[in-house]
Amino acid sequence: MIKLEHVTKRYLKATALKTIHVTLETGKIYGLIGSNGSGKSTTLKLIAGLIQPTKGSIEVDGIRVDRRIAAKVSYLSELDEYYGFYNVRQTIDFFASQFSDFNREKAETIRDYMKLDPESKVKHLSKGNRGRLKMVLTLAREVPVILMDEPLSGLDPMVRDSIVKGLISFIDLEHQVILITTHEIKEVETLLDEVIVIKNGEIAGQCNVDDLRYEQNMTIVEWMTKIYE
Amino acid sequence: MVETFNSSAPIYLQLVERINRQILRGELKPGDKLPSVRDMGIQSGVNPNTVSRTYRELEGMKIVETRRGQGTFVTENHEILQNMREQLKQEEISHFVASMKAMGYSGHEIMNGLKTFLTHAEGSESE
Repeated sequence: MIKLEHVTKRYLKATALKTIHVTLETGKIYGLIGSNGSGKSTTLKLIAGLIQPTKGSIEVDGIRVDRRIAAKVSYLSELDEYYGFYNVRQTIDFFASQFSDFNREKAETIRDYMKLDPESKVKHLSKGNRGRLKMVLTLAREVPVILMDEPLSGLDPMVRDSIVKGLISFIDLEHQVILITTHEIKEVETLLDEVIVIKNGEIAGQCNVDDLRYEQNMTIVEWMTKIYE
Repeated sequence: MVETFNSSAPIYLQLVERINRQILRGELKPGDKLPSVRDMGIQSGVNPNTVSRTYRELEGMKIVETRRGQGTFVTENHEILQNMREQLKQEEISHFVASMKAMGYSGHEIMNGLKTFLTHAEGSESE
């Protein structure tokens, strides 16, 4: 479970998040959506312990978050942060050496599912295959929290499809909570339990995707558009 | 590719409808086992929690039965399946009739149009 209470984050004078409250439960997939610069990535980095809140508290499984929370959180960055001189296998080996919860067998299964050649050099991978490799590295860790910052951004429909299906195949909803930021809302709509809309650093709404359709007859895109009007 | 869902109805209900149609077409037979929640999720690109909700809904309609430790199965109660078949027919017809009426066709015109259409369609089918 993830809990953010009264969380404010300021970068020098710019306020990225204003007193937000969010609770995320194990067993669900959450989508965090909002315009560019609305505070999505900041929220993820705060939960991952990569940055500290200016005010408020963040807990993961009842533990106050600091840099050591990396032991409980698998974080997929929107940037490519891998060593280009490694091949796919060496990258997986490196991750296995860094995280004791890294399940090498699972990594192998996901790599195979994603049809990645273990001998390919990372710097020679296409953008799509780098996206797939990130999925392998993120999902092979057996941790209670998985955070993904823009896993679909800039990828073609086939890669997006394999990432969405890979996600459903390899997450463990009995023990994990997943939080995804994305602009590709239609692509992930069938994947999400709940969606959280963030606007100018504030939570503008949170609801169950099917309830939204059932009660308000709205898709996520329509709802977000309405909130941003 | 991930199957597409339309934006007008909840995803779990669209999945219910899809499974009902598979039963009607005989792709799923009475007593057949449905894919596990996860496999169904992967096949249709849908969150496993949504699939659970779909299976619960079908269970409530008595169209499927969950046997503990074994999985979810299409009911072997033909009366229930027959009722479902009848109900889907009625729904489909009322949709059709409503949109025809909205365009100003009379019941008589609808009947005649349907008769002619079916005669042609069945004629070309038997060729």
